[in-house]
Amino acid sequence: MTQKITGAQALIRALELENVDTIFGLPGGCILPAYDPLLDSPIRHILVRHEQGAGHMAEGYAHVTGRPGVAMVTSGPAATNMVTPLCDAYMDSIPMVCITGQVPTSAIGTDAFQECDTVGITRSVTKHNELIMSADDVPLMVRQAFHIATTGRPGPVLLDVPKDVLQNSMNWHWPSDEEVLDSLPGYKPVTKGHPRMIKEAARMILDAKQPILYAGGGILKARAADALRELAELIDTPVVTTLMARGAFPDDHPLCLGMPGMHGNATAITAMQKSDLLITLGARFDDRITGKVATFAPDAKIIHVDIDPAEQGKVRRPDVPIVGDCRLVIEEIIKAIKDLLNGGEKQQDISQWKSRVSGWREQFPLYYPANEPGEALKPQYCLEQLRDGAPEGTILCSGVGQHQMWSSQYWKFNEPYTWVNSGGLGTMGFSVPAAIGAKVGRPDRTVWAVDGDGCFQMTAQELVTASVERIPIKVAILNNSYLGMVRQWQEMFYEERYSEVYLSPELPDFVKWAESMGCIGIRVESPEEVQPAIEKANSIDDRSVVVEFRVDAGEKVFPMVPAGFSNDDVLLHPDQNGRREFLR
Amino acid sequence: MSSTTHALNQPTHHILSVLVQNRPGVLARVSSLFARRGYNIFSLAVAPTEDPMLSRITIVVDVESSPLEQIVKQLFKLVDVVKISELDPRRSVERELLMATVRVPAEDRGQVVELTNIFEGKILAVGVEAITVSLDGSPDKLDDFEELLRGYGIVELQRTGRVALPKLDKEARLKAVKHGKAS
Ligand SMILES: Cc1ncc(C[n+]2csc(CCOP(=O)(O)OP(=O)(O)O)c2C)c(N)n1
Ligand SMILES: [Mg+2]
Repeated sequence: MTQKITGAQALIRALELENVDTIFGLPGGCILPAYDPLLDSPIRHILVRHEQGAGHMAEGYAHVTGRPGVAMVTSGPAATNMVTPLCDAYMDSIPMVCITGQVPTSAIGTDAFQECDTVGITRSVTKHNELIMSADDVPLMVRQAFHIATTGRPGPVLLDVPKDVLQNSMNWHWPSDEEVLDSLPGYKPVTKGHPRMIKEAARMILDAKQPILYAGGGILKARAADALRELAELIDTPVVTTLMARGAFPDDHPLCLGMPGMHGNATAITAMQKSDLLITLGARFDDRITGKVATFAPDAKIIHVDIDPAEQGKVRRPDVPIVGDCRLVIEEIIKAIKDLLNGGEKQQDISQWKSRVSGWREQFPLYYPANEPGEALKPQYCLEQLRDGAPEGTILCSGVGQHQMWSSQYWKFNEPYTWVNSGGLGTMGFSVPAAIGAKVGRPDRTVWAVDGDGCFQMTAQELVTASVERIPIKVAILNNSYLGMVRQWQEMFYEERYSEVYLSPELPDFVKWAESMGCIGIRVESPEEVQPAIEKANSIDDRSVVVEFRVDAGEKVFPMVPAGFSNDDVLLHPDQNGRREFLR
Repeated sequence: MSSTTHALNQPTHHILSVLVQNRPGVLARVSSLFARRGYNIFSLAVAPTEDPMLSRITIVVDVESSPLEQIVKQLFKLVDVVKISELDPRRSVERELLMATVRVPAEDRGQVVELTNIFEGKILAVGVEAITVSLDGSPDKLDDFEELLRGYGIVELQRTGRVALPKLDKEARLKAVKHGKAS
């Protein structure tokens, strides 16, 4: 029996049927009709202070839950405010559904008030987008959006809904799975790997003398962390976890080498460089990983498992390409290896390789000069203390810059989905809203956001949202009074000519600002204050806390492979440079 | 100008035949993907197919073959793209339509008419000082025709961009003969 309801009611009902529990958003003229039925819905709406915040919250939520984050905003300026988070989600393959209001269909194309070509503007930063032209289409479009956002390589999908489409009445019909699939004849993600390729991969793995498992964010998207661990232990092979894969393999596992890439550790970088087989799982040979591509891992054969066929051969031609879901493929590879072993085949002895890798680890631990009494506080020290003081299961979010790299380097990620950051787009301002979204998704967890003084000033207003909506997060600002990462590049590559990177040591007053937003503000200036401040922050559960650490502005992130450099030429901390020759 | 042998030995262009869902915005999606990934479209033709739900976009791209693989894969990720075939110029039939208005005084008109007849083109309109002709055929043939018309002074010229289908192989041709029209 069909039933007449409005397009807006259909939209909210469809979201409920998609099991949406939270929408991050902010209303306005064109989306108004959708906000009315929302009043009667069990869906929680979180009213943000800026639409960019809604987008990053949806991302943070999706990062930690694996479920698509949902944002809803109005047309025009609200839609353009959403472009950055959409692009961020697109680059990092975050499932997200964004609903934007649009001017009535009769006004489209007339430069009406708050009209913009949202679908055109967001085309290249979404996995898919649609302008819904009839109220009758709402349920199918919503189902398609969630299906597309969450399957294959996940990503953001945007639905642009004109005001009259929300107001018009329609015949409610909830499409079946079959109807959804039939309506998308051009969308058929491959999830099962090719059996012949899987056999070939298994054989290649057993034959390798210097293998490395190169784990990317796809492991997390595919919920393949357990499978990865089983594979790593089966073949006793070291694992590197990229910036997007931190937590996909436990940092305290003896096979874990940590992060490779531009600011990876020397062992992870070098182990990839020297390997004879890179077992690439849900990673995409990003330029921040490969350094100069022509000299990247020159002797390595490549097994490349990725759900996105376009990643195969985009940067490095694989010897064994496998298109498929990381979890399913890894499980098949494990089976194939076991079959070979049961059939009497033997894995190459890789003990020499492993001891070489261990040698590097001993020689090149992460390093920073310890705080001398009276000296400025070291940011790395603050991170170590934050890490050691963090309650079990803490989720760490970060902004973009030096503090992000130190976070990834110094934290111990032992559980998947405890690291939320902006990898592909590198969006300053990501951390505070993403942390709020993460806390909404996992209210049982402590959520720390490590932010830079520059980043914090881009989206800090969302702490008002956090206070009003009672979403208590904790923010550690590593205040070095600089756009630190840019300062580092100017110091190293522009002969210390500092151009427009100095912010201010005094302004803003982060403590007062935090207090004005309903948070507790704490300032830390010396090493002795670090631990007590962190303890205090961890003891507060009923509101957000902002701890400002005044840190050494001169500290740089090491190791570093400068853009365009070969990974062979990784710059070590100057104090470690004497041992360089061991990196062979 | 590319001679036939040149085209045969060194395919400098690729033909992509892209079957898409016939929906608003689909052409914009396809063309902006090319722009976004830094590829140049040489020519493009769109039209509905035998199935009203689907359209066929024929895109001619000038590229080396390895980046072509990347754009094809990216194209295939578009939700509205149902099928992509790359047509090897050597194994496909290509057709294009050209229309041109040429300025010719009445006394020289006969030469243009004759030229058009030699190429098996059509006279579409005749004016006092100008004549409009059309020609459909292989792009090479159109190139030659255009070159010859230029000598008279082309006022306006429009080409459609090519459409293409794979050549039937021997077996398929024989089959078609045996069984008549494919059902
Ligand atoms: C929106 C945006 N604008 C500019 C940049 C370029 N950028 C990268 S890191 C950085 C400095 C960040 O400063 P801060 O937040 O203080 O972090 P720090 O590096 O000092 O730890 C800048 C400007 C960016 N990544 N994102
Ligand atoms: Mg800073």
